Amino acid sequence: MTVNVCVCQSGDAVDTDFSGFSVPLEHSFEVDDVPRFRLRGALQLRGGRENGVYLSQNQLSEKDRSTLKDVAAVDGLYRIRVPRVSLQADRQTERQSEGYLTTFVRACSLVESHLSDVITLHTDVSGYIIGISIVTIPGSCRGVEVEDEVDLEVFNTTISVVAPVTAPVPETAPYIERMEQEMEKKGKNPQEQKSFFAKYWMYIVPLVLFLMMSGAQDQSGGGAGGGAANGGGR
Amino acid sequence: MAWLVVRLAISMSLLYAASAVFEDQVGKFDWRQQFIGKVRFALFDTHSQASKKLLVATEQNVFASLNSRTGDLFWRHVDKTGPEGHIDALLMYGQDAVVVVGNGRLLRSWETTVGGLKWETVLDTGSFQAAALVGVQDLVKYAAVLKKSAISLHDLSSGSEIWVENLPDSDSVQYQTIYSGGNGLVFVLGVVPNSHIVIVEYKIEDGEIMNKKSVEAAWMSSLESSCAVVSSGILLCVDQITQSLYTLPLQSAEQTEMRQIHLQTLDLEVVSGFRPVLTSTQPNPAQPPLSEFFLQLSPDHHILLQFKDGLIAPLRDFNPSYLAAFATSGERTVAAVMSPKNDTACSINLFSADTGRRHLDTTIIYHMDPNGGKPNRLYVHAFLKKDDSVGYRVMVQTEDLTLTFLQQPGRVVWMREEALADVVTMEMVDLPFTGTQAELEGEFGKKAAIQDGLLPMVLKRLSSQFILLQAWLAHLWKLFYDARKPRSSVKNEVTIDILSRDEFNLQKMMLMVTASGKLFGIDSKSGTILWKQYLENIQPNSVFKLIVQRTTAHFPHPPQCTLLIKNKDTGLGSLYVFNPIFGKKSQISVPALPRPVLQTLLLPVIDQDYAKVLLLIDDQYKVTAFPSTKNVLQQLQDTASSIFFYLVDSSQGKLSGFRLRKDLSTELIWEVVIPTEVQKIVAVKGKRANEHVHSQGRVMGDRSVLYKYLNPNLLAVITESTDAHPERSFVGIILIDGVTGRIVHEAVQRKARGPVHFVHSENWVVYVYWNSKFRRNEFSVLELFEGAELYNTTVFSSLDRPHPPQVLQQSYIFPAPINTLEATLTEKGITSRHLLVGLPSGNILSLPKLFLDPRRPEVVSEQSREENLIPYAPEMPIREEWFINYNQTVSRIRGIYTAPSGLESTCLVVAYGLDIYQSRVFPSKQFDVLKDDYDYILISSVLFGLFFATMISKRLAEVKLLNRAWR
Repeated sequence: MTVNVCVCQSGDAVDTDFSGFSVPLEHSFEVDDVPRFRLRGALQLRGGRENGVYLSQNQLSEKDRSTLKDVAAVDGLYRIRVPRVSLQADRQTERQSEGYLTTFVRACSLVESHLSDVITLHTDVSGYIIGISIVTIPGSCRGVEVEDEVDLEVFNTTISVVAPVTAPVPETAPYIERMEQEMEKKGKNPQEQKSFFAKYWMYIVPLVLFLMMSGAQDQSGGGAGGGAANGGGR
Repeated sequence: MAWLVVRLAISMSLLYAASAVFEDQVGKFDWRQQFIGKVRFALFDTHSQASKKLLVATEQNVFASLNSRTGDLFWRHVDKTGPEGHIDALLMYGQDAVVVVGNGRLLRSWETTVGGLKWETVLDTGSFQAAALVGVQDLVKYAAVLKKSAISLHDLSSGSEIWVENLPDSDSVQYQTIYSGGNGLVFVLGVVPNSHIVIVEYKIEDGEIMNKKSVEAAWMSSLESSCAVVSSGILLCVDQITQSLYTLPLQSAEQTEMRQIHLQTLDLEVVSGFRPVLTSTQPNPAQPPLSEFFLQLSPDHHILLQFKDGLIAPLRDFNPSYLAAFATSGERTVAAVMSPKNDTACSINLFSADTGRRHLDTTIIYHMDPNGGKPNRLYVHAFLKKDDSVGYRVMVQTEDLTLTFLQQPGRVVWMREEALADVVTMEMVDLPFTGTQAELEGEFGKKAAIQDGLLPMVLKRLSSQFILLQAWLAHLWKLFYDARKPRSSVKNEVTIDILSRDEFNLQKMMLMVTASGKLFGIDSKSGTILWKQYLENIQPNSVFKLIVQRTTAHFPHPPQCTLLIKNKDTGLGSLYVFNPIFGKKSQISVPALPRPVLQTLLLPVIDQDYAKVLLLIDDQYKVTAFPSTKNVLQQLQDTASSIFFYLVDSSQGKLSGFRLRKDLSTELIWEVVIPTEVQKIVAVKGKRANEHVHSQGRVMGDRSVLYKYLNPNLLAVITESTDAHPERSFVGIILIDGVTGRIVHEAVQRKARGPVHFVHSENWVVYVYWNSKFRRNEFSVLELFEGAELYNTTVFSSLDRPHPPQVLQQSYIFPAPINTLEATLTEKGITSRHLLVGLPSGNILSLPKLFLDPRRPEVVSEQSREENLIPYAPEMPIREEWFINYNQTVSRIRGIYTAPSGLESTCLVVAYGLDIYQSRVFPSKQFDVLKDDYDYILISSVLFGLFFATMISKRLAEVKLLNRAWR
């Protein structure tokens, strides 16, 4: 998993020698719950082996803050979207394809978390962004009052790009190695190689002898008894 | 490598005791039924009078021999699926059956008594047209196979090719039939549509073309469907446009035109729009066919005609008649005709073929199943009785693929439900309580308590107790009564009336939906079909979804199941609501579905009649609720904001999530798009709704707890790469939360391709794929954990779970291909899980989930030993005693269904494919059941002994104390 994380405060100076491209990150929060997306910030994406991402975003305006609080009060949704892009393609025209990737979080949890959210962009093997997710930390809605001026001004965003992990394959080599080691260990210790009988013959033989002796006695006893019975029958 | 495997086997056998069935348990909990599918060809063995063989070849590529007295299988050969194993023709002569397989790829001869292969020949390429037996001088010695451009003759005893000849002008002429009348010639008939007929004569000995002629026939489009050969080589054709019959002697040199006979001159007329059918019979391939033949003029009108001296004369008119067929026994040929008798029954009568006279006392009454389809095929087995009259039995095949074998005067000898060879989906439903049990349940129902006062309740209690006593006495009496009868005469017949839930809910009702549109209700204990219902007008490419809306738990409301039938092409659906216990169609009004249905959703919301609400989402994202009473709509409005659903559009690679609005419209809330240029979505699976997870976490070796990530909304999405190159192909697995659209985990299995089988349950996903690099099947398991602490210990909400789960994954080699995969399911989820793997060999492997645990350690440590983790081994073992179906293999296994029983230890399993197999599995052994050989006598005698010993010793102690006190 290659994850490059940047915690970006709004107003941070963007790295100048960052050779990537930029896509808009849009958001929407409306009391009537009809999405009307507007710009939240710009995502600076970089392709190549290490997918990097930086987010520069603006402060929420006075109006936005009050709207967000209103939406939170009616348990509305806070939606974000990014256009479908590829991180790997060389030309801008190839990068973009039609449509957006959208996701949402409950507006109240965004408000209660004081705008601290975690945005993750997921790519497929070829570097296409296939999905976006947003969570707030904490994620719950407890109905806590929020002082708007202090807490709802700037986003405290953690953004990352996640590529698919390569699933493991059956590991035969280490297993065989381990088995060989065990074999070697056994080879070194010839005591272990001896069979059960070879090790404990000195106990087994007397036991068997004893059993045979006692068994023979029993038999002879039985025979005698039988003989007596026969005799009785006569 | 060998020692490795041996070591592995030894270490495994130390860990696990054998879990196979004992010999005396065979057939105790399990049953298997074997099927053949839709019959394509059926031939009775007329070789000897006493023969019971009935040879059938089916659409499912099965060639089998049935016992015509019982309907059981003598033997069965299941060929490859698809066109490769397609049976093109079945010919029978004497003890041998000759079969053409795979569009003329193979010619095989089978010995019919034991089903052994006598010989097999690979034929030249070319698409198959026709096959016929060829006789010379009253002896059938050859089989001729006609391909698109060649004809070949094969020896019947060895299969060796006598000769093969190319057909003249085969690129313009469509050769379609072969005819041989035993005079040393083989005729090949071809047609140039709407132009002329071509007749080529071959000499049997060496394949020399003796004669070739073409005859004008501008009206003809296909020979096969409109022509037949009658009498001594007269080609007879029928045309519905000119309303005429045409005749042509095949061998005559002088006649170069077909002779037209207007049907009008015979007072006959073909119903417009119906394609008339000619049926002739050739009892012996070494002799010319009979001069009598059937002409079908409309779906229910047949006429028996005779061709004599160039003239056609009607022998008997059968109006109305559904089906007609010829049969021959010895020298006598008869015709059986099925005519409607009344609305529910048909009568079949026998007529002598040469005169059309009815044989006396030969009526068979065939009662049509009101829940079944119409008869569409008739197979007749004629035989000579002792008094030299002709007797017969018939086999009727109906639209719903029921085979019924009848004998006079209408006794059903046996019946086979061949629709069950193609089960599409199934469910298991609890049986209802008996009347008395229900009485007790009803007594404490909510309504009763409110309405009645104290005294009526007491009376009710007394009366129900009395009913129970009565039932118990009746039961005792029955036991006593049965005990007196000899054991064999006590029949264990299962009928719908005596069905009731058993103590541990082990007996259930299996609902099976078949591809032909027939529904079955089957008793899971015995496999008896309790009800069946044929749904007419089902398109052959329909998809079905069976939903249990109300279980039997809500007495007195009957249980209710809904079947969604959806046309694959148009997407239009319809609902069929029925009672799963009795199979009766419910009277509830069903919403009309004018738009294609995209998704269904069964909500836990119930209406006032305890039926779960089903939501149907159409292509405009509008939602239809069923049932849609006021109560339901009110509830939906209240809970709308928490009802989410997802849609998958695999053609665009789009997954989208929607939320319900109060007015039953929907809004799009998330969207994930997987580019189709790289990979395509092949399957999406959520978890089963009736699954319970008992433990929230796993106790580790150091006594800490690793909590499972139990997200009920999690979806497993499987993708396959579009690039099929073995080095670049991959299988993707994406875990998505179905509510928020959040991608929880995304993994790529490189150098892998499908078909992927997978199971998604609890906190794990198991999938099987084909490793294209090493050319083997591999299992991979993903497990999701929250970590050492739970985020929210009380409830799970997808909206409030910010931390991503920890994902563990491990892969293993599986040394066998796989047909299907399913996991066991138990009532409370305490029992450990097993995976049921359906193998192509027909075995079902019960593989402990313990082996598929990503926490299996490479190196054994004290802690892993404490946790009972098996050390990692790359190869998954397959042990024969894990086969739950021992030698009862299930051919072409397609699906496995698991259902919990009332016993926690027991899981009911049904495997279906060509066959159906039902059994029980005990993943953690029968920990809650006493063994069969449990020694009750010993235990009770010890108990009683101890009891009396205490009594006596107590008494003795008292006496002793008393004595001491006196002293």
